[in-house]
Amino acid sequence: MARTLDRRPPPQAPPPRGLRKALLLVERAIKEPIWDCRMCGQCILHSTGLSCPMRCPKNLRNGPCGGVLQDGHCEVVPEMRCVWVQAWEGSRRLPLWRDHLRHIQGPTDWRLQETSSWENLLTGRDRRAPTGWTAGAPG
Amino acid sequence: MTAATARSGLHALLLEGEFVVTAELQTVDSADPSAVHELADLLRGKVDAVNCTDNSAARPHLASLAAAHLLTDRGVEPIMQLTCRDRNRLGLQADLLGAAALGVRNVVLMTGDDVSAGDHPEAKPIYDIDAIHLLRIARILRDEGRFLSGREVGVPPGFLIGAVENPFAPPLEFRPMRLGKKIEAGAEFVQTQICFDVDKLRLFMARCGELGLLDHVWILAGVFVARSARAARYLRDQVPGIDVPEEVIERMDSVPPDRQPDEGVRIALEVVDEVRRIPGISGIHLMSIRNETAIVRVVEEAGLLPRPTAVAAPVA
Repeated sequence: MARTLDRRPPPQAPPPRGLRKALLLVERAIKEPIWDCRMCGQCILHSTGLSCPMRCPKNLRNGPCGGVLQDGHCEVVPEMRCVWVQAWEGSRRLPLWRDHLRHIQGPTDWRLQETSSWENLLTGRDRRAPTGWTAGAPG
Repeated sequence: MTAATARSGLHALLLEGEFVVTAELQTVDSADPSAVHELADLLRGKVDAVNCTDNSAARPHLASLAAAHLLTDRGVEPIMQLTCRDRNRLGLQADLLGAAALGVRNVVLMTGDDVSAGDHPEAKPIYDIDAIHLLRIARILRDEGRFLSGREVGVPPGFLIGAVENPFAPPLEFRPMRLGKKIEAGAEFVQTQICFDVDKLRLFMARCGELGLLDHVWILAGVFVARSARAARYLRDQVPGIDVPEEVIERMDSVPPDRQPDEGVRIALEVVDEVRRIPGISGIHLMSIRNETAIVRVVEEAGLLPRPTAVAAPVA
């Protein structure tokens, strides 16, 4: 157990409350209008062609489900284009992060919902995967 | 790994390089085990393993775990399906462990149809984790002997881990890469969505070959046996993600209703004949809507009987 626990970032005091609130406000103000961000607190937008995966009604963070309609729209919300069709197209336009679509994204930490992903990035909180997940990771 | 140490009968056949045949068990809406036993008797010896669906089309049915267990009672090897729609990571891990304890040696893990496609559209869909997470978690459970939390299990499950993929739904270019992710996460075999458009499957397989995936996974092509033009239309209009070309509907419509079951078998046989010749296709997965006898007919008329006997695999 200790072997895998060591891979977690050291525990850190959370940033001051004022700073956290400010980060959350600014992040929401920018990301919601542009990307329809759902504030999951563990942002992977750059790895998904700038298409927010949390807009997917199935919360898929690793690619499209098998139910995408032939016209590329969502099976659950047929008036919406599939988030992952958009992610594929968007990723083709990204020079640096184009192949990040290939990366396996870990399970969602639902405790981070409605927190700032910027704060979680700074504290390393968004990279703290369950112990079994990191132990089983390839390579 | 050799056939003698295979995880399941299906695994042994795949390791031996046999062209395998699996079929989907009809959904059962009854607390009477004989409903499953009767279906098992129809399929025993005709296919290598039988999929037990998990609330297919987002409607509740007899649990896949129970159906899988009832199949083993009747000497039919089950493939238990598990979706992320109805359970969170706790429930999924509990069922994986429980299934292994009850003798299930093959699992197929998937996201699942949304509740909006079924008869309880007001239900809360779970989707705590996605299919790729579930594949990885099954692999951690089996190979590391741990839950996702890191906590150890006594005897880990020994099942063969499968996934699904839909080479016929957009974004088509993404599909091979997604299959690659599923293999990386832990999938050892894959059953595809129903194939009518064989050209699309050929393209998909060629791309998988370019990505170097075909040496790492067994791919079973999904084939549907339609009983009527109505069944083909139902697939096209009611089941999300299935590509039913207009020609298939026209062909079914072109014969009188009493001969439509024969036409459905003929179409399925043509698809089987074509997919068998695609490099990297290791078998077929037959599906129907309440049409087991037609499934058996397809296996028979495709010259796939008798089925080879698998070397008995040790109990998990």
